[in-house]
Amino acid sequence: MNINNYITSNVTIVKNVVYHNERPIFENRDADLSAFLLSVYQHLEVSYPKFYKMDNLSKLGWLATEVLLKDSDIKQYQPEEVGLILSNANASLDSDKRYMQSVADIPSPALFVYTLPNIMIGEICIRNHFKGEDAFFIFEKFDAVFIEQYVNGLLSNNVLQTCICGWVDVLNEEYKAVLFLVEKTKKANAVPFSAKNLNVIFDNLVIDKL
Amino acid sequence: MRNENIYQSIMPAVYIVADNIYSPIGTTTAQNFERIKQGISGIQKHQNKAISGTDFYASLFNYSENNILNKFKYSKFEGLLIASVDGAIKEADVDVKSDKTILIVSSTKGNTGMLETNADDPGLQKKIALHTSAKIVADHFGFANQPLVVSNACISGIMAILTGMRLLQSGKYETAVVVGADEIGKFVLSGFQSFQAVSEEPCKPFDQNRTGITLGEGAATMILSTNPKYGDKIKVLGGGVSNDANHISAPSRTGKELSEAIERTLRMSGLVTDDIDLISAHGTATSYNDEMEAKAIALSGLDTVPANSLKGYYGHTLGAAGLIESIISVQSLKQNVILPTLGFETMGVSNPINICTQLTPKRMKTCLKTASGFGGCNASILFSK
Repeated sequence: MNINNYITSNVTIVKNVVYHNERPIFENRDADLSAFLLSVYQHLEVSYPKFYKMDNLSKLGWLATEVLLKDSDIKQYQPEEVGLILSNANASLDSDKRYMQSVADIPSPALFVYTLPNIMIGEICIRNHFKGEDAFFIFEKFDAVFIEQYVNGLLSNNVLQTCICGWVDVLNEEYKAVLFLVEKTKKANAVPFSAKNLNVIFDNLVIDKL
Repeated sequence: MRNENIYQSIMPAVYIVADNIYSPIGTTTAQNFERIKQGISGIQKHQNKAISGTDFYASLFNYSENNILNKFKYSKFEGLLIASVDGAIKEADVDVKSDKTILIVSSTKGNTGMLETNADDPGLQKKIALHTSAKIVADHFGFANQPLVVSNACISGIMAILTGMRLLQSGKYETAVVVGADEIGKFVLSGFQSFQAVSEEPCKPFDQNRTGITLGEGAATMILSTNPKYGDKIKVLGGGVSNDANHISAPSRTGKELSEAIERTLRMSGLVTDDIDLISAHGTATSYNDEMEAKAIALSGLDTVPANSLKGYYGHTLGAAGLIESIISVQSLKQNVILPTLGFETMGVSNPINICTQLTPKRMKTCLKTASGFGGCNASILFSK
């Protein structure tokens, strides 16, 4: 099958720097993760009070999506045409630990609700009104080959018309988010949606040279 | 001809070649189905201060009766996965070592219960990671390929079957061993209790006096194949997933999004509402879920189709639920009998649907299975003779 889908935008948030299409757009090197995420939120100059109640995993995925979709044509799609296929290594363990600490005292429903990794997908869908197919997979390492095949399948079978896919992982102060916007039409600066290109962007080969 | 009918004609058929349910009710699919036909439920009242300060109802394994779970050197969660996969592959001629075979694991919490009793350190974090458990199970049986793990709240089981179907239809694999499991401990129980979501008596799906869920543990395995030699087996025809984009813990007010997933499933399967013989609903017995689900079923024009919820037998088995309930429903198709909804007495949803209350013989061809979960996710999948 000859499949021509494109990565039309990508975002990486790692080591307290935010990159949009491999160019750094914001950094705050000396902050811990919570403070860093808040500083990214403030930098984006959006008003979204729900942000403050999210766990770090949802905040990271939500912020990455805000940057990813900046300047995109995402609004041209119907809600059910947009989907999210996300993955990570540690599921919601970062929040699981916080919830478990609350159990010794009074179990917190506000923490418990974040003890599933796909809550992050829910937060992104609520913000952007996306109603298409979503899925959360757990891998030891980012699996570009799987993501390429699975997302291409969803697009070529018209389950989705566009897909946000990638990796968002948080555990304690360690974190990494890399998201890709995949569309069926080529746009300025787009690169073919292939496992090779996913890995090049994920591994930050360009970024590390800067 | 609609696109979706073309989809059916160009995609290879996906057959269910073997399955297993390893639950507090029984350790084989046949045993589970026979006992449910007799009205036996796994739900009992439990007094266990290590899990809950108050007495609670749940469907839990009795360890003294389940030596198999103690036999393995693995965690209880991994033991459940292994026991169920073992039961299913005994029934089927599956080459797990083939590069055309993939293991797919569905779970919401895996080994997270280890946080209840163990000190937090990097070693524990690795043990809890779902990919670690999946690899342990894959290595136990000798699967050649890296296993795939789905963790998408309460729709995980259905999503794992749907993912398996797609991976087989892509041609990359010929066989998928799809297994799901979750255990119930203090972590999960206290969480649902903190939401005031746990019923003080065994759950009553779709009933007007329902007050919440009853939790349950278990594992289940479904083996899928595109090999035409299984042409007389029941097929997975199609499925759909959607998001409410409304609230992270409360379901949609309208049921529109679950209804869209159902309608996409029908289109993909090349079927219309009149073709559906049975609905195996999620039916968790929370006020909001059952109300939303009934609205979605009615919106899709399926309100007269016989429907049941199996939560009165198994409780809510989380990452195993989609698999356990799909396998029971497939068994219903094979035996042409609809199981009653244990716990249901009086219609308690504003859009009445056709809830089954008796063991009802009926010649059936198709069954639709639905589920919804935290994060606003909805899923449906269709099985057909």
